[in-house]
Amino acid sequence: MQDIAASMPMTQVAPRDRSRLIVPVLLFATLALAPLLGLVGPDRYVLALFTRCVIFAIAALGLDLALGSGGLVSFDHAAFIGIGAYAAGILTASGIDDAFLLLFAALATSGFFALATGAISLKTRGVHFIMITLAFGQMAYFVANSLKAYGGDDGLTLANRSTIFGRDLLADHRVFFYVSLAMLLAVYLFARAVVRSRFGRVLRGAKENETRIAAIGFDPYPFRLVAFVISGMIAGLAGFLLAEQSEFVSPAFMTWQRSGDLIIMVMLGGMASLDGAILGALFVVLTEELLSGFTEHWRVIFGPFLVLVVLFARGGLLGLLTGRRHG
Amino acid sequence: MADDLLRLEHVSKSFGALRVTDAVSLDIPKGELHALIGPNGAGKTSLIHQISGWIACDSGRIVFDGEEVTGLKMHARARRGLVRSFQITSILPRFTALENVALAVQSRSGSSLRFFGDASREPKLNGEAMQALRHVGLAEQAHRIAGTLSYGEKRGLELALALALEPKLLLLDEPMAGVGAGDGEALVGVLRDLKAHCTILLIEHDMQAVFALADRISVLVNGAIMVTGKPDNVRADAQVRAAYLGEAA
Amino acid sequence: MSTALLAVQTLNGLQLGVLLFLIAAGLTLVFGVMDFINLAHGAQYMLGAYFAVTAYGATQNFLLAIILALVGALAAGLALEVAIFRHLYGRDHLDQVLATFGVILFLNEAVRMIYGSTSLAMPMPEVLSGSIRLMPGLLYPVYRLVVIGAGIGVGLLLHVLVNHTRIGMLVRAGASNAPMVSALGVNIGRLFMIIFGIGAMLAGFAGAMVAPIFAVEPNMGDNLLILAFVVIVIGGIGSVRGAFIAALLVGLVDTLGRSFASDILRHMLSSSAANQAGPALASTLIYVLMAAVLFFKPAGLFPARA
Repeated sequence: MQDIAASMPMTQVAPRDRSRLIVPVLLFATLALAPLLGLVGPDRYVLALFTRCVIFAIAALGLDLALGSGGLVSFDHAAFIGIGAYAAGILTASGIDDAFLLLFAALATSGFFALATGAISLKTRGVHFIMITLAFGQMAYFVANSLKAYGGDDGLTLANRSTIFGRDLLADHRVFFYVSLAMLLAVYLFARAVVRSRFGRVLRGAKENETRIAAIGFDPYPFRLVAFVISGMIAGLAGFLLAEQSEFVSPAFMTWQRSGDLIIMVMLGGMASLDGAILGALFVVLTEELLSGFTEHWRVIFGPFLVLVVLFARGGLLGLLTGRRHG
Repeated sequence: MADDLLRLEHVSKSFGALRVTDAVSLDIPKGELHALIGPNGAGKTSLIHQISGWIACDSGRIVFDGEEVTGLKMHARARRGLVRSFQITSILPRFTALENVALAVQSRSGSSLRFFGDASREPKLNGEAMQALRHVGLAEQAHRIAGTLSYGEKRGLELALALALEPKLLLLDEPMAGVGAGDGEALVGVLRDLKAHCTILLIEHDMQAVFALADRISVLVNGAIMVTGKPDNVRADAQVRAAYLGEAA
Repeated sequence: MSTALLAVQTLNGLQLGVLLFLIAAGLTLVFGVMDFINLAHGAQYMLGAYFAVTAYGATQNFLLAIILALVGALAAGLALEVAIFRHLYGRDHLDQVLATFGVILFLNEAVRMIYGSTSLAMPMPEVLSGSIRLMPGLLYPVYRLVVIGAGIGVGLLLHVLVNHTRIGMLVRAGASNAPMVSALGVNIGRLFMIIFGIGAMLAGFAGAMVAPIFAVEPNMGDNLLILAFVVIVIGGIGSVRGAFIAALLVGLVDTLGRSFASDILRHMLSSSAANQAGPALASTLIYVLMAAVLFFKPAGLFPARA
């Protein structure tokens, strides 16, 4: 880096690093080809597993915006997923199954919840913020539990997947997978743009040094709040897809441990790198699947693994793969 | 006075029983370089914190550019052109030097609620940021990660960040602290340059620099202003000599 | 709602409050003094319950079971502190969250491996198993009163410990200004260990005490942990007194809310709407309380830090 700068001291723009494209291109190519595994294995199982990967990758990307770029350790994100899922589930139960309407409802409700809880939580920092988001997440969980008309703690089964212009295109598992993948790509490109934009720069700056950001004239609060809402809506989108995929919603989507899983995905992948969030989601979902096939007590292995990662490998998977530290 | 850029009226602050700022009143007219000196623990930095809005004062009024800013937070004051630097370097260590300064430029040029477009490729931001870096002699280091700069370079970056905001009043908290003699002389040059562009309130321990640069000097002892005047008058003031300069010499 | 029902639910609320206090007290000190967020604190409460059940199975003696559970909780807490947590002090909160989350996954699952997923119960001692007539039409289980009494007793003990001993003085100093304490030459590592040990014992004690009345199951600590956080946020980080008052407040609001929200709503809404909305409203009450406290006092009711 230093040598480049020295050889062209007056350039105002650092040269674009093409090597940074390798990881995302590989990731998306792998995901796009993943259904081919269905040729050698049980087709529906493979599709369902990778659809799950893609959905959690979307949620992890959403969290990475708040956590990686904004430094906000949020335990609200499972609630955002759950609210998106319930919005889809409740509308379906009342006979509305237009995909666009459901999607809109999922985004609007999760966005609203993020705005209301974020407005309060973001008044605090550090440990306080963590505890308060935990509390609000738990509140959403208990409210879902008490929705007796929609299954209470048993959850709610959706009669059918939603329709696009009245046609049940999403009922096909392959179509659903690629629709989800397209949404992941869209979210990824959007998140990338946001991180690099003027907005993203202030957000990242406030994570690095809040005092400095205030001293140059920015109030970090509105930036964080907007990021939190965007992040929550992306999680809400994941919730919508999750409800559609499993044709089922339940309070179990919203436990605070689920938020912990999302944080693990982002951290394991490598914070603030976006690619890392996708990688982390793939890793966690697939590892869970693999280990749980091996023993039902897979958490006994996964728990200590997490501790070791925190203590010894701080750059995340992407850091290990590329030798770079993100964050 | 009508052309006072900054006016402090009986500004006071206590931490528990400790009165760090004791009814300080001070007027700084436009274009002045005003130095604030005093022994360690006199409350100079605390005063800067209150003027910049980093901490709130307990009582008193702060008027900046004809507008009362007493209740405003730091970012709101910075927006109005009341800009500070920090005694303990405060930069964005993982951003490049250029990105640091470009963010300051961004703060005063257009909306930052833009979600698209690569900010690091905006020629206007980068151009003006580069100019500020050039001003403090850091143009060559523009693409280095700020955290890897030398201590002296970081002090320069700290100054560039303030400059990029095109301040009306610049609060400089020991810009030369810990900087070697050579870099220090360069910084004095930069400050002399700056005088032409903006009003400055300077805290500095380097007395040579202070007496060379300042139009007026205030001496702060135990949170209260003991004397304010031209450098020669301050130098000659018996009280000051006893309380401060005598001690330091 | 009858007076007797109100009294019973008030006592139940106190019991939940006392329980929350035992968990929150250790947590708030660990936060306040060590700036360490320990998600596994709820799992340590769970361990206390399992230790008690196991010890009771081996000894058939209630008192001995409680004492052994305390010793077990202390040992487990110190083992965790030495092996993992002390390497996380001073690290990013995110690292602490992740590592302690890993510890929860491990502890919950390890317990599930050993004891299975079905909930266990510990019989309560014969002398405490009856009910006592508090007022006409109000019978209340003696054991629950004992839990309330024990919790308040521990609270008083802790109050004396924190306010009238040398260790307590250091703890208070640490909660208001940790760097200062280490600058005074106090062995911070040992102080942290003592605080952590006390916190682990308090959580373990809570777990052991409720073993006869709650279902003892692997993830029993997870939800209580979040309630303890709410308590700490309301009470103010690092303040034992704040934790005590906030714990009682949360316990009462939650219990009374769940019992009476539908009844109260019935005065305003149709019966079926009230039955629907009541439980949903009740489950949000304490969080609304928390949000309200934060709005007016961002640092909680009794902040330890100035």
